[in-house]
Amino acid sequence: MAKATFRIWRGKADSGEFRDYNCEISEGMVVLDAVHKIQAEQASDLAVRWNCKAGKCGSCSAEINGSPRLLCMTRLDQLPLDKPITIEPMQAFPVVKDLVTDVSWNFEVKKRIKQFAPRPADAEDGTWRILQRDVDRVQEFRKCIECFLCQDVCHVLREHHLHDQFIGPRFLVYAAALEMHPLDTENRVGELRETDGIGYCNITKCCTNVCPEHITITDNAIIPLKERVVDEFYDPLRKIFRVFQK
Amino acid sequence: MDGLENPVVIEYEPIQHDVLVIGAGGAGLRAAIEARAHGASVGLVCKSLLGKAHTVMAEGGIAASLANVDDRDDWMVHFADTMRGGQYLNNSRMAELHAREAPARVRELEAWGALFDRAVDGRILQRNFGGHAYPRLAHVGDRTGLEMIRTLQDYAVHQGIDDHMECAVIELLTDGDRVVGAFAFDRDRGTFKVFHAKAVVLATGGVGKAFRITSNSWEYTGDGHALAYRAGAALIDMEFVQFHPTGMVWPPSVAGILVTEGVRGEGGVLRNSRGERFMFGDIPPLYRNSTADSEEEGWRYTQGDKDARRPPELLTRDHVARCIVREIKEGRGSPHGGVFLDIAWIKERLPNAAEHIKRKLPSMYHQFKELAGIDITEQPMEVGPTTHYVMGGVRVDADSQMSDVPGLFAAGECAGGLHGANRLGGNSLSDLLVFGKRAGEYAARFARENAGGQISADQVAEVARVALEPFDRGVDAESAENPFAIQHDLQDLMQEQVGIVRNERDLQDALEAIDRLRDRTGRVAVSGNREYNPGWHTALDLRNLLTFSEVIARAALERQESRGAHTRLDFPDKDETYGKLIIAIRRDADGGLTVSREPTAPISDELQQIIDARK
Repeated sequence: MAKATFRIWRGKADSGEFRDYNCEISEGMVVLDAVHKIQAEQASDLAVRWNCKAGKCGSCSAEINGSPRLLCMTRLDQLPLDKPITIEPMQAFPVVKDLVTDVSWNFEVKKRIKQFAPRPADAEDGTWRILQRDVDRVQEFRKCIECFLCQDVCHVLREHHLHDQFIGPRFLVYAAALEMHPLDTENRVGELRETDGIGYCNITKCCTNVCPEHITITDNAIIPLKERVVDEFYDPLRKIFRVFQK
Repeated sequence: MDGLENPVVIEYEPIQHDVLVIGAGGAGLRAAIEARAHGASVGLVCKSLLGKAHTVMAEGGIAASLANVDDRDDWMVHFADTMRGGQYLNNSRMAELHAREAPARVRELEAWGALFDRAVDGRILQRNFGGHAYPRLAHVGDRTGLEMIRTLQDYAVHQGIDDHMECAVIELLTDGDRVVGAFAFDRDRGTFKVFHAKAVVLATGGVGKAFRITSNSWEYTGDGHALAYRAGAALIDMEFVQFHPTGMVWPPSVAGILVTEGVRGEGGVLRNSRGERFMFGDIPPLYRNSTADSEEEGWRYTQGDKDARRPPELLTRDHVARCIVREIKEGRGSPHGGVFLDIAWIKERLPNAAEHIKRKLPSMYHQFKELAGIDITEQPMEVGPTTHYVMGGVRVDADSQMSDVPGLFAAGECAGGLHGANRLGGNSLSDLLVFGKRAGEYAARFARENAGGQISADQVAEVARVALEPFDRGVDAESAENPFAIQHDLQDLMQEQVGIVRNERDLQDALEAIDRLRDRTGRVAVSGNREYNPGWHTALDLRNLLTFSEVIARAALERQESRGAHTRLDFPDKDETYGKLIIAIRRDADGGLTVSREPTAPISDELQQIIDARK
């Protein structure tokens, strides 16, 4: 059976190092299989977060040969096996241990975003009538599995660490799903501009490129939200209107 | 750091709630929301991060008789379908409540932001599924579970519920015969938490990780089943483990991953290596009148023709799984030991078939493309049975979901009774919502009406001591056992001997093998410290895995017939002696295991008439 070398980051927030593990590989294996095999046979305390191993839960996010990927959806036959495969934790979040990062910041950010507020029901039985074509756009955003790979790759968070000023692509998609929800009556545009930091995004599309659900984050979610911010705050006619309102 | 230097003093964080919910999938989230809405302070323990629980993997949909697509549907038809699917072993009151309340629970999700696929008139679209008389499953493509858990999660985080993420319960704490809390550990840091609660809701899901081939995530280690059993609650129907007929079989590393029944609901057909639609050859008497007798009629059914009857691929899961196993065993399987599931063929019938498949089954398209290199719009899939669901669970009162143990409630997969001998697809997500809500409501009421009991320092100390033992044994000792190796051995054992077909000898052997695995578990040693240590986590899981594995084998031994999901080679037929009996298992006062045959829950005349009218 073929063998491959996995160069895995071991350590904690303050210190750590890459360690090499040789592992037998077989047809169809994904990187998470190799990590599990190493865990079972060589390093039982090797920490990795995972759940479904089917690309549906978004738990096993890490960086493979430097790019943010799901460990469970990356096949070994797509990687060059003649040199060590590096596996390291996401860089945009503090390390807990080995491949596991502290992603709790994301859960706090979500709580800040104003929750869904539907219009009154359309029918007497308390239900709504919505056309599929009005749902399609938001259903794309709701495919998100919250793996936070888009947050990891975003340079505003990864390199500039502006976690206190910018909510990141995941939560721009979340806000877009609410703003474009056919039933929603809330307005989140003010926060998007002021506290959520949408202006920091300079649409390099790195997030779109890493999304395992293939959500067109930049084009379909962030740019339309930016347009709403511009319409509401920078439209000259509205500006004049606001002056008269005051 | 490891608690080794000073083993007498147990350090832990004390936490107090009116209601403690263990598990944060669909049932746990719904229970927490409801308990909070009734004024209780609520703690929600999740083994992983919020929103990652196994519910996220549900694909096909939520069964509810909204009657949006076929107005002949109502709760009574749904009830009768559920009972027939469960071979009438179901708790009929639970099946009634489930069928009556599911539509309101689905509409409630929409009010909380869920966006289901739409019918042309703008109402929620519903799809066909095995065993359901009419199109009944509200769905979002093939990612309904994700929509459901995200909706509940995003609603719950604004309700003032305290979540405890990456935290796992090791033991329930009891005072006399009632539950007063739980002893847990933080998976990240390895520190202990002692929850003091007036009521506890178990919503821990299933048991699939005791089997080698499974569609279940790592969390499915039967924690709720084992915790309840050790606290004195009865487990029922544990011989009924559902093997979903269609899991991936190739490549080996992804074997078991679910292929949604929705593929067949959309017109996908099963064929053997000779190209035969083998399901037409074996239609059980209970379903003969409601099954299509030609391929043509079956196709019309999947396309919404109300006069057509369903194709045999949409018979109940137990039956389809058995037929697939037969084809494979008799040498008509696919190259990698499965059968063929073909959706690509619909291009003969539909224009733009490839686009249609990608829109209706996007996850399946990506799953096969990325993991197997197969384009399902062009090629057939290879599929075979995979461990999917346990019908059995904690015996509960139908209305309140309280177990035999005062203050201990259970909802969702870890509760037993609703599904009888076999669950219909789509009835799980509705189960989570209907009974999650009920468990939350009644747990809050119990907490209001009962004072909290006392937590025993001795019990806390003993649980902590046992939990830390794997660190005390040196990994280098000759007798040291590797926890992963024991779990793998258990998975092989359960797969081979307590799996889809069983017989007395295998089951007896399995019970002896489980005892040996238990001995080995007593010698498990782990290295490293308590911080995020998967070796230690697996060592702690073993106790629960072995507990319910034994329960499953004992129940399977007791039911000497074949019915629903339980197939005995030595008793291949249904035996009416067992037609009104359930197997209940509980721990006796000495710690031994007691098996008893008990009559099924009594059924009201009204419900019996509903069943008889549709037989």
